[in-house]
Order: sequence, then structure tokens, then C-alpha cells
Amino acid sequence: MMNYVADPPGTGREPAVHAENLTVVRGPRTVLHSLDFTVPRGQITGLLGPSGCGKSTLMRSIVGTQAKVTGTLDVLGRPAGHPTLRTRIGYVTQAPSVYDDLTIRQNLDYFAAILDPGRSGTDRRQDVERVLTDVDLTSHADSLAGNLSGGQRSRVSLAVALLGTPELLVLDEPTVGLDPVLRRDLWTLFHAIAADRGATLLISSHVMDEAERCHRLLLMRAGEILADDTPEALRTRTATETVEAAFLHLVDEASAAARDDSRENSRDDSGDGSRENSRAKENTR
Amino acid sequence: MSTTTTAPTGTAAPKPAPTGALNAARTLATATRVLRQLRHDPRTIAMLILIPCVMLFLLRYVFDGSPRTFDNIGASLLGIFPLITMFLVTSIATLRERTSGTLERLLAMPLGKADLIAGYALAFGALAIVQSALATGLAVWFLGLDVTGSPWLLLLVALLDALLGTALGLFVSAFASSEFQAVQFMPAVIFPQLLLCGLFTPRSNMHPALEAVSDVLPMSYAVDGMNEVLKHTDMTATFVRDALIVAGCALLVLCLGAATLRRRTA
Repeated sequence: MMNYVADPPGTGREPAVHAENLTVVRGPRTVLHSLDFTVPRGQITGLLGPSGCGKSTLMRSIVGTQAKVTGTLDVLGRPAGHPTLRTRIGYVTQAPSVYDDLTIRQNLDYFAAILDPGRSGTDRRQDVERVLTDVDLTSHADSLAGNLSGGQRSRVSLAVALLGTPELLVLDEPTVGLDPVLRRDLWTLFHAIAADRGATLLISSHVMDEAERCHRLLLMRAGEILADDTPEALRTRTATETVEAAFLHLVDEASAAARDDSRENSRDDSGDGSRENSRAKENTR
Repeated sequence: MSTTTTAPTGTAAPKPAPTGALNAARTLATATRVLRQLRHDPRTIAMLILIPCVMLFLLRYVFDGSPRTFDNIGASLLGIFPLITMFLVTSIATLRERTSGTLERLLAMPLGKADLIAGYALAFGALAIVQSALATGLAVWFLGLDVTGSPWLLLLVALLDALLGTALGLFVSAFASSEFQAVQFMPAVIFPQLLLCGLFTPRSNMHPALEAVSDVLPMSYAVDGMNEVLKHTDMTATFVRDALIVAGCALLVLCLGAATLRRRTA
């Protein structure tokens, strides 16, 4: 990881992400309910929660591709979606978004050219080689992306986000479907990126054991943030052994509170919630 | 709706530093990428280039007894082929870009919409030149298509038609959510123009209402332009008008296509 430029610390005393009263509506549904949170710089923040709880919508809002976002959402000191942020954020969608009919190297060449067309060819090639090494795909560089396995394709997608020197990496479930060795290697890489160049990483997952590897956690459920803390503090606060147990504890607590609040209020939310809750248990092996 | 609400239409508001109106390097990179994608699909290239030639060949011998008819229809088809093929290729290619998530990724990066569209137009325009050059060459030199004017002008109209096809395909792909729908736009958008463009019967023979409709359809001018080249030795005023109308339509539809690319989606 040689040419990671350290984030010039003078510029960014603002938090990486700051949200106040952030609400997102998709069609008839309110997906995010007036969230308030802050993601500090230079750390790995895990965005944890069951499938369908709004993690991807939140990430899309942060990178500025989500419509109907209201409230305050500042990213690296600018309103989310600001044009100057486009070179400063690396974003990996949940489904790998690469061209299947190009080789890995051709994919990376293209995205590198889009990112910074001013750079010299040699510079860009070095950058491509670096990210290929990062995601351990150097030996497959000339294979068509369409012929790769699912895990390899998602690593190509990740490699694209690592091009250049993003200050914020927004990674939507980057380790899904990867084997344990690869997952460990990627987490090592994530930590190296945070430590060596002071980049901020926001990583979503529905696998709770990955939570232990994050500096901070945002636990989400049904469009709301259940907790915003370090893994350790969460375990201590809920008197549990694992983040998974802490999460379930918080979910039960929230549902109990919701029941007490309004018994007659049987909106679709509660039904939705219990279903997601059981799904959460499934997902958190 | 509180303080610094991030405007849903945040793309147009602040003048972007990294993305100007049109960035030559990003446009070229996009065109190269589109052509590289095609290169991994040789069958598509072969079909794009060979089918118009085979059709012209067929047509020549269908009208074996009446070479005049071949002249008329052949010249018109030289303009229509690039329009149809580029329409199909572009609508599918951009639909793929939309559904595969690469469009979302690109628009989250410092790529201008104009760069993307110009990149596509450039790549498919280059392909159209090869396609039209082969078809025109075959028709004029081997199948005895009798053109009075310069074959270069035929090629120019063919290229403009290809651009128009690219523009229409790009625009239409915004309204298709699957490849099934996208190919259905071919009969919906292209067939009416084909019927009304004067290929089957001169436009002046049509019902006045249909003639009026054909007056506002761009393919009519593409075919008119081809026929001008067929009958006149030099560039006539009508030819210039036709060419400008086709080019103007292509540009207009490209802009409409750009408007369908949204950085923020639901």
C-alpha cells in the first residue's frame, strides 16, 4: 500500500458523515425515519442490521445517488451529492457493478480514466496494479469479468472503489459470499486503508461477527438507528458477550418499548419489524 | 424539509468543479470502453456489418427485372439500416448500463452526462461509418446502384442516420425496464417512420393527414436526402436542409436522452 496519500489533516476536521433528521422516502414507504448520527473520520464504522432495514438506502444517500432525501446530510464537510465529492468517495454497490464483457484490467482502466483523466498513463497503470494487488486478483487481470465467480466479481467492484485516493469508502456488503480466508484478508486491507492513509470506511453487513472488527457500529433496524457506539461499549451496556447478542437485546428492548407506547397502533411497521427480527436471527449465525 | 436539505435535483444546482460540460478525455475513454466491450462480442460486430450487405444483395436480385426500383429502395435502405441497427444496439447497451449498476457507479463518479452520451455516440458513430461504408461500397460498385451524386454524400447521410438511431435508442432505453421491452420499442418507434418515410410510396401520395405526420418524422428527411443524392449531381439546397434536419433531430434527442440520466434515483 505504497502510494496512499494521507488525508491532509488540516482540511477535514468535520466528521466524515453528519446526519440530522435524515429522512428518505421511496414510493409510498418511508425507508429512513429522521436519523441523527455522525461517522468519525479515519475509522471503520460498521453499518449493521437485517436485510431490508435501510442500510443500502442510507449508503446511497451518502454517496448522493438516492432521490427524495430530506434533512441534513453532510459528507466530508459538503452536502451529500455535491459534485466535488465524486472524486473523494469510493462506493461499492451491493451487486457488483462492473462490465461483464470487459476484462478486469479493462474495467479498472476505464474507471481510472473517468476518475482522473489528467493523470499520466503510467500513473494510472500503477494505480490499477495496486488495486489489483489489494483485492488479490493480479493473476486474473486479463479474464473477462463475466467469467469470474461471484466473489471475484465483487472484488473487482471493490477494486474500482479503491482507485485513486478516496477519503471515504462506502462499501455495501463487500464481504458477502466470500470465503473466510478472503474475508479476513479484506478486513486486514480495510484496517490498513484506515490506518495508513486516514481514510474513513463505512461498511455494511448483516453478518454480526464482522461487527467485532469495526471501530464503531451503527446498528439499524426498520429504518431507525438502534445504537451508535463502539462494539465494546455496546456489549458492556447490554451486559452481553457478543455484538449479536447486544443487537438482539436492543431489538427486544425496542419492540417492548414500542408495545408499551401504543398497543392500538398496529401499523404495518410492527408486522414488518417482527419479520425482519426473525430474519436477523437467521442471518446472524 | 429542514436546514441544508440536499436537493433531490442536486445535479444541476452547483457548478461542478471536476465535471465540465464535456471532457474530451472522459468522452474518449467512454468511447474506447464501449468499443472494447463490442470487441469481446465478435458475433454482434459481424451481424452489424454483414446483415445490411446481405439485405442489399437480396434486394438487388428481388428487383432483378426493374433496376430503377432497386435504385430507389436501395438508396433509401442505405439510410435506414444504420438507423435501425444503431437504435437496437444503443437501446440494449444503455439499458444494460442502467440495470447492471454501472450507470449508477459512473454517475457517482466525476463523469458528466454529456461525456457518457458523447462517448456512446462516438463509438457507435465509428461503427456506423464502417457499416455504411461497406454497404454503400457494395451497393454502388458491385450491385450497380445508380447514383448521380457523390457516394460520399450517401455516406454522410448514413452517418447522420446512425447518430439519430443512437440518440433514439438512448432516449427510449429510459422507458424500458427490461430487454424485452427495449426490443419492443423497435416496432413502436421505427416501424411507423418506416411506413411513412416514403420508402413504399412517395409521401405526396399519402393521405394528407399522414403526409403531415411524415413531415415531422426525422426518417422522412433521411430518405429524402438519400433520394436527392440519387438524382442530382451536386449538393442541392434540399439535401442540405434534409441533412441539417436529421442532424438537428439527432442532437435534440441526444439532449432528451441526457435528461433521462439521473444521478439520483428512487
